[in-house]
Amino acid sequence: MRPSNLSGVGTFLAKQGILVAFALFMIGFTIANERFLDPDNIMGVIRSSAILGVMALGVTFVVISGNLDLSVGSMMSFATIVVLDLHDKIGPTLAIPSMYAMVLCLGALIGFLVGYLKLNSLIVTLGMLSAIHGLTLTYSGGKNMDIADKEGTWFSVFGQSDALGIPVPILIFALLASVLGLALAKTPFGRKVYAVGGNGTAATFSGIRRARVVFTCYLASAFCVGTAGLLQASRSLGSQNTVGQGLELEVLAAVILGGASLLGGSGTIFKTVIGVLILGFIQNGLLLVGLQFYAQYVVTWIIIILAVWLDIAAKRGKLWSPIA
Amino acid sequence: MSNQTPALRLEGIVKTFPGVRALDKVSFSVMPGEVHALMGENGAGKSTLMKVLGGIYQPEEGRIIVGEQPVVMTSPLQAKAKGIVFIHQELSLAEELTVAENIYLGELPKKSFGRVDWQQLYAQTDEILGRLKVGFDAKTKVGDLSIANQQMVEIARALTVEAKAVIFDEPTASLTDAEKVVLFDVIEDLKAHGVGIIYISHRMEEIFKITDRISVLRDGHYRGTLTTAETDEDEITQLMIGRKLDLSRNASHHEIGDIALEVRNLSCGKLFRNISFDVRRGEVVGFYGLVGAGRTEIAETLFGLREPSGGEILLDGQPTVIHSPADAIAKGISLVPEDRKGQGLILGMNCRDNMTLPQVSDLKAGPFVAEGAEIAIFDQYRDRLDIRTPGWKQLVGNLSGGNQQKIVIGKWLSMHPNVLIVDEPTRGIDVGSKSEIHNLIRELASQGYAVIVISSEMPEVLHVSDRIVAMFSGKIIRTFTSEEVTEDNLIQAISGITSDKAA
Repeated sequence: MRPSNLSGVGTFLAKQGILVAFALFMIGFTIANERFLDPDNIMGVIRSSAILGVMALGVTFVVISGNLDLSVGSMMSFATIVVLDLHDKIGPTLAIPSMYAMVLCLGALIGFLVGYLKLNSLIVTLGMLSAIHGLTLTYSGGKNMDIADKEGTWFSVFGQSDALGIPVPILIFALLASVLGLALAKTPFGRKVYAVGGNGTAATFSGIRRARVVFTCYLASAFCVGTAGLLQASRSLGSQNTVGQGLELEVLAAVILGGASLLGGSGTIFKTVIGVLILGFIQNGLLLVGLQFYAQYVVTWIIIILAVWLDIAAKRGKLWSPIA
Repeated sequence: MSNQTPALRLEGIVKTFPGVRALDKVSFSVMPGEVHALMGENGAGKSTLMKVLGGIYQPEEGRIIVGEQPVVMTSPLQAKAKGIVFIHQELSLAEELTVAENIYLGELPKKSFGRVDWQQLYAQTDEILGRLKVGFDAKTKVGDLSIANQQMVEIARALTVEAKAVIFDEPTASLTDAEKVVLFDVIEDLKAHGVGIIYISHRMEEIFKITDRISVLRDGHYRGTLTTAETDEDEITQLMIGRKLDLSRNASHHEIGDIALEVRNLSCGKLFRNISFDVRRGEVVGFYGLVGAGRTEIAETLFGLREPSGGEILLDGQPTVIHSPADAIAKGISLVPEDRKGQGLILGMNCRDNMTLPQVSDLKAGPFVAEGAEIAIFDQYRDRLDIRTPGWKQLVGNLSGGNQQKIVIGKWLSMHPNVLIVDEPTRGIDVGSKSEIHNLIRELASQGYAVIVISSEMPEVLHVSDRIVAMFSGKIIRTFTSEEVTEDNLIQAISGITSDKAA
């Protein structure tokens, strides 16, 4: 008989593939650079992962409902530019809700196109990636956006201050993760998200209003993107038009790394948080061992693909199979 | 026949999965030119045995012998090379390609520079199609063919290799009666060419019509082989489930109540026209007809999935418009759909969540789902419907067909509907669970539910219905009471011009 099935140890390794790979990297990084496990470094990694993490929370809803959202990167740029611009024009107290309103309108538009008109989410959000980028450039006239009085505004509180000794971005990430995690795991709405992503037809046959669920997922995603834009703007108090560029793929990578299926119906907020942290620690570790910044892109993606492969191999019990 | 070498022999096959001995020393053989039925309830081990034969699973013990040659199957391709060909229930054809391309996919005849030799391809294909006596040619796009004809393409593909044994897995599941006739002709033809045929089906009529011998599996054990000509349904059933079944006619003995649902002149484009009928509480109305007669479409209209182009729907005497499934559910109409896995269940979700899905918004404790209440509902219907599962956490995809169907039925019973529509209640379900589901439908009627049963199986409609609506081509031909109906007048009513079609 051919040893085509994985042995017991192999199965375990494959089942926990992502965590095992993560653990190996952590050990490797720790040996290579003792600073890696330093509490300051760990806090730094979580803090710099917070913006990506907040976006990943919303995208988790979209992915579990069986769709994609590739517009989050350019929408985050839009949110950042808008809130910075309005800060000086109408003051932060009004700027923040105005920015959220605009971003939620964009989310509603995507939700309408994908949910109610049933257009393919890949096409819609890829188109929106480009369209929102254009919108941002039109809005800003192509210029970078800066707050005039960087010292005198309380707006920096979201991105730069600490509360209870913990950086505020981490607190916001944790709070949002808890609320959305509960919403997904415990509420009727969360159950419907899994149902729609697991089998949309059967969900409809069970009386679930599928379009409404998909629409709400895109609203949730837009809300998270708005929050990420707020954190970004508050941290830097000035920004380029392209600050979120490329983040859509990193966000998706974190969600998939956490184990959500691109086909929908599976994944959790907790797993996404793990995915975000893995991504953050790997990038930080590579930096600490002295890998050139640009080479990180390559290594990060190799790691992601390896992890996803191991994950799939675990599900089918073989490293390779002629059928999916 | 007994002096011949079997076309295919399985000896002492053992296959275990963690915690289960799926096959326990199973042996059986198929002679050349024999149609050998393989029967057993879902979960008896038929599929596992076929996967072993097809090289998808490796057995721990036992041998597979093709002709006189013991072989080790390691992949479906290898099985094909050894002359073992599978005709699956679910077709695996590329719909955008032609018949010829599908048949020779991967082995297209070539000219120089790797160009496809189309002339030879079409000639070869037409030769095989001629043998099957089909009404389409090599250049037809597969997507344009009916399901039955697509199945013919699969069979044609099987004929390109020197097949020693062909395995048909529930081949008639989606065929009309006329199409079945064509399929059976092909099987006869294969038989005449000395091919051994394994025929897997739950349908007794077919088994008696075309098979020579019947082997039965139960709980992973081989239970014996019967000669078709010398046995009857009872004996087979007893071997399969270890007890006897009651399939007598079953009209109501309880009170029939008021009209729960009335439909007047309901039409929906070309799908069905001027449909009028009513269903009373405590009554089972059966809808019988050929596939495509418009029965499922009526159910979908009543469930808010299609918009009628004319006519009226009355619930408890009140005219009503049903806008969506959610609306239908709110108005007390439930539908157990025809396609259990595609429409009825979310296979990757657990039993409890599937069952409570339509009412999950109503089961709340604060903002959260009241999981305790959910478990109570699940437990109640698990006990009432005798659903066999290790627990509510079990994924529905891991249950047998019969238990899956019970989850769908439980899902709707827990909504306490006024009208329960059941479309093909026992499709793909084994004999044992089938009779349980039939009894359940009768029991629901006796408890005062108004039930509509749509079925393509005559024994089933005859068995469960108080009245039977016979449909043909989008119209109601006649409504029978259980006293009036006979197999003959029912067949006449639903066949219309189909006798011409079959010729």
